[in-house]
Amino acid sequence: MAAGGAVIDPIHQFEIKKITNITVGGLDLSFTNASLFMVIALGVISLIMIWGTSARAIVPGRLQSIAEMLYEFIEDTVQGTMGKSGRKFLPLVFSLFMFVLVCNMVGLIPGTFTVTSHIIVTFALAAVVILTVLIYGIMKHGTHFFGLFVPSGVPKPLLLLLTPIEIISFVSRPISLSMRLFANMLAGHIALKVFAGFILMMTAAGGVAVALSPLPLLMIVALTALEFLVAALQAFVFSVLTCIYLNDALHPGH
Amino acid sequence: MDANAAKLIGAGLAAIGMGAAAIGVGTIFGNFLSGALRNPSAADGQFTRAFIGAALAEGLGIFAFVVALILLFVK
Repeated sequence: MAAGGAVIDPIHQFEIKKITNITVGGLDLSFTNASLFMVIALGVISLIMIWGTSARAIVPGRLQSIAEMLYEFIEDTVQGTMGKSGRKFLPLVFSLFMFVLVCNMVGLIPGTFTVTSHIIVTFALAAVVILTVLIYGIMKHGTHFFGLFVPSGVPKPLLLLLTPIEIISFVSRPISLSMRLFANMLAGHIALKVFAGFILMMTAAGGVAVALSPLPLLMIVALTALEFLVAALQAFVFSVLTCIYLNDALHPGH
Repeated sequence: MDANAAKLIGAGLAAIGMGAAAIGVGTIFGNFLSGALRNPSAADGQFTRAFIGAALAEGLGIFAFVVALILLFVK
């Protein structure tokens, strides 16, 4: 509640606003603030990777160190979970990691828009991963890929129970993968807004509450630090789970 | 009961699920830490697995959070 009794809507920050109207054959393809921040994220990634690797110095500078550390970090993750044969998926995993990381980080700057706080964006990313797993798995292993759903070394009667469970767990993967990232970002930003609302409510209440109103401000500082951790962690978790799911396509069967 | 009141109570009940997920994540990192203190040289190799477990446990709490959000904000 603001001083005038107006309600602070913590969801308002996720509203998509049109910047320019573009309609192609009845389809609404407007350039929105979400598209703008995706372009900004793309610009930041290109800046880090192209500018950072242009010098190719033996003793890396600051930007080159950042670029190299990010690349080696993902390379280690990919090799650790998928082995040598997983290297062909390195570009996909690295692109996903960088996009999620930069979108999360850009969204933490006050006044910006968090692209990854929209389920449709994260679900599209998760759909890319799962479709890659399905298409690559079926192309490489054929029907043997479906052995993924049949655990080996299990008595026949138990398979009737276990196979549906395996199928359900596979189908819920894109949902949980996208939901995790989306809800983490959404929850963090809502929590920040709610604590900002506390400050307004306390200053409006008067008396002792005004003296205590800096407390939620300190909480916002602490929460912002936590959100930076969450932003990096969720990008990492997203790429690690991508690696694990892709590993199923490379080496199916239990 | 008023439909709106029932929604708010439901959202509060959904918050219990987040507490349960917190127990799960705490168990994972607690056990990881106690294992890591016994054998620090092996800790780095299992770091990723600890995070995967935490992410999977957290995901279920996230579902509870989404249920609460749907109850509160979806008209």
